[in-house]
Amino acid sequence: MAVAATTTAAGARPVRAGRRPSLAWLGTVPFLGYVAVFLLLPTGIVLWNAIRNPTAGGFELSNLKQLFNSTERSYFTGSLELSAASSVIAAVLGAILAYAVASGNPDGVVRRLYLSGSGVLAQFGGVTLAFAFNAAIGPTSGFLFHAGWYYNFPAGIGLIYTYFQIPLMVLVFLPAIDGLKAQWREACENLGGSTWQYWRHVAAPLLAPAFIGATLLLFANALSAYATIQAWENQISYTVPQQIYIAINSEVGLASNAGDVLALGMVVMVAIIMIGYFLLQRRAARWLR
Amino acid sequence: MAAVTSIGETPLAGQGKRQGGMQVGRRRRLNIFRYITFTLFSLFFLLPLLALVRFSLEGKKLGTWSGAAWGQILSYPGLFSAIEITLELAVISCLVVLLLLVPTMIWIRLRVQGLSRVIEFLCLLPLVIPAIVLVVGLGPIYNKIEHYNVSALQLFWVYVILALPYAYRALATGLGAIDVTTLSEAARSLGANWITVMFRVIVPNMWQAILNSMLLTSALVLGEFTVASILNYLNLQVALFNISRATQNAGVLFSTSTAALLFAFVLLLILSYIGRRRSAGGSWTASLEALVRRGRR
Amino acid sequence: MTKLIAAAKQEGTLNVIALPPTWANYGNIIKAFAKKYGIKVVSQNPEGSSQDEVNAVKSENGTSKAPDVLDVGMAVALVSTSLFAPYQVSTWSSIPAAQKDPKGLWTQDYGGYMSVGYNSAKFGTITSMSQLLGPKFKNSVSLNGNPTAANAALNGVMMANLAAGGTADSIAKGVDFFHSLKQAGNFVPVQATPATIKAGTTPIVLNWDYLNTASVVGQGANWKVFVPSNAELAGYYAQAVNKTAPHPAAARLWEEFLYSQTAGGGQNLWLQGGARPVEMTAMTSDSSIDTSAASALPPVTGTTVFLTPTQATSAATYLSAHWAQAVK
Repeated sequence: MAVAATTTAAGARPVRAGRRPSLAWLGTVPFLGYVAVFLLLPTGIVLWNAIRNPTAGGFELSNLKQLFNSTERSYFTGSLELSAASSVIAAVLGAILAYAVASGNPDGVVRRLYLSGSGVLAQFGGVTLAFAFNAAIGPTSGFLFHAGWYYNFPAGIGLIYTYFQIPLMVLVFLPAIDGLKAQWREACENLGGSTWQYWRHVAAPLLAPAFIGATLLLFANALSAYATIQAWENQISYTVPQQIYIAINSEVGLASNAGDVLALGMVVMVAIIMIGYFLLQRRAARWLR
Repeated sequence: MAAVTSIGETPLAGQGKRQGGMQVGRRRRLNIFRYITFTLFSLFFLLPLLALVRFSLEGKKLGTWSGAAWGQILSYPGLFSAIEITLELAVISCLVVLLLLVPTMIWIRLRVQGLSRVIEFLCLLPLVIPAIVLVVGLGPIYNKIEHYNVSALQLFWVYVILALPYAYRALATGLGAIDVTTLSEAARSLGANWITVMFRVIVPNMWQAILNSMLLTSALVLGEFTVASILNYLNLQVALFNISRATQNAGVLFSTSTAALLFAFVLLLILSYIGRRRSAGGSWTASLEALVRRGRR
Repeated sequence: MTKLIAAAKQEGTLNVIALPPTWANYGNIIKAFAKKYGIKVVSQNPEGSSQDEVNAVKSENGTSKAPDVLDVGMAVALVSTSLFAPYQVSTWSSIPAAQKDPKGLWTQDYGGYMSVGYNSAKFGTITSMSQLLGPKFKNSVSLNGNPTAANAALNGVMMANLAAGGTADSIAKGVDFFHSLKQAGNFVPVQATPATIKAGTTPIVLNWDYLNTASVVGQGANWKVFVPSNAELAGYYAQAVNKTAPHPAAARLWEEFLYSQTAGGGQNLWLQGGARPVEMTAMTSDSSIDTSAASALPPVTGTTVFLTPTQATSAATYLSAHWAQAVK
């Protein structure tokens, strides 16, 4: 028995007669099939429809060119403006909060509370969050005060976005702060460095990739948000998700692949950001190993 | 140079510093910072929630108190069935996510490591193709589905996809913390087949990750609005949205929202306590030892 | 007719879509129909738009939940005739020729005039659109939705257009009016609902008159409605039967009910909801009309403007290109 255990523990894969290991990938077929049908196929449909002429059939790229006229561009700039503002503010605030959480007792009540709270609030966005803000600072029915700027863009909706972005930042950035080893701080002190120098020369460069990566994740998250801004009840369409909804549901007739074209634009926008995020994640992970 | 090497060699010197004034001062400044931060952020996060609760207790006339809105969660026409459907959707989506991801991820880890990048990419793809984009292309697919079943429970097919990034990350963290190869080789050398390895050896060691991913999936399903509303299904969020558009006295909106939030929060809190006890009680190395010991008997 | 009733009862169910209970009294209409014939009415997506209805017919085709009947705006009706089954109700002759499709693919059912509803306790009496640009209307004027997407909102802008001296062929003056409104700080870009009116967020609403009645809006006697004398814009919706309806007999029985001229029939029920039923002229002649409900409608004198499909489309195109910039 012991001998057998040693042999296998040496790392040799047990080879069974007649079975070639290269068919093992078949075990992933259920997963791949599922994803192909419910993720890749709809995406393909959207991209396909975006480059075709909706009435006459055949390929038609002029609809894509429409994306660059000033009205369509305004939806993209609106989306970018709102997402950038809320992400950067939430990233900075969230980082501060994450540091406060990380510097406490790892098993303590406060950390547990804040992590659970962040877990809940990060997913809280959407219809119910809009209700909560309307109840809190809505222009006429606000509980706390009446915010005249509540229906301003990007101020009013930006505040709501920040509310669910900060917990997301805490969840994403906390592991990075946890990864700051105490020894580095001690090393810095032993060399005579002050707190400021520690942050400026040691911690900040180490945390920078993770911080920027997390900001990008927040950015992509904000770009994709739809439910919250819909429930905000401002009827002016500022962002791409709102305009996609209008394109699909308009009863006064727009080009019938307008939604697909906008969706394509959105995918490109978010893809660029996510690529940036992944590159930075890999860079950050190197230091935290 | 000498100063650097001396750190590792003279830990006691460092300890001496710990009792010194600089360390205490820093600790005090840190604590002040923490208190201020926590107070400010708690205020920011709690105030809208407080407004939610206050409005859920609002009576017929502004300024009065009444618990009526809470009772309406059960009695408001159409709301209760939407709640039921959403809860069922959450359960179904969790199960399908686990069924889809756990065996696949373990299998990849054990047998087909080359595909792990592909699976990771596919699982993170829904972050790049968000719900609002996905739903534009889902029309024809849901046409086909509705031929067989018109229930809103069919939404689970999409919800699983939406949950993939979060569930994948939770499960990957759990899987990464245990030495899957060693455990599986030990078990197989004791005669276990692959099914036993997966479900009786590896899965019990990733309980916390599994619970975590179930929670993330459920939170997503409870809060999902985009896909359901555009595909014309009635789930909890869509029902709430319709109520807010149609009726004046919307107390039930606030009570339902508060209830949903409390529900998710309590679940998460429980999960964080369960997690601690499990990791304290048994680690995967202990399971490995138990396996080997059993084999030796 | 008796055979139709029997067949419909056999089917037992009717699927309707996008019929909010407070829209032109649909809540009571549905209840009355269900009670009279014992047929269960399943109301899907009450907040949906006309486009949602057509989308549902296409996507739910072949299932038991597909809508049997549709109530859509004219723009959507005219482009979706391939989905409809021709049907002529028994009161077909009472419907004016211009308000029905000769083949019976669609038939107009009820309509109203674009109106301005407002809180008279707060603003006094308003008599014209141009007053709305004044300083005391800060943060007050709202539409029923987004004009690039919603029929009611598009017509609201068109009403402003006509009042500002524009014609039905070009909605440019209407967009300019809202731009000025926004500059003056008087435009509230919030979807007007009974909740927002009650909360005072949207104290002035441009909407169809049957959606602006005090009872629908949930306000008391202080809520007044007027149709601008220089901008009498009317619009009718249209009924259609789904060609592939899962319950074809029930669908046709529903149409018969809606166009029936009896005291408890659809036409009078719509009138009680503040809408003008399409058979109103015929019913006034033969006195089957509910006179008290008829007199409660906002007074309209002068020429009525109906948007033709071409005018509606060109308005929509102009709006999708210019609305967002005008009011941001």
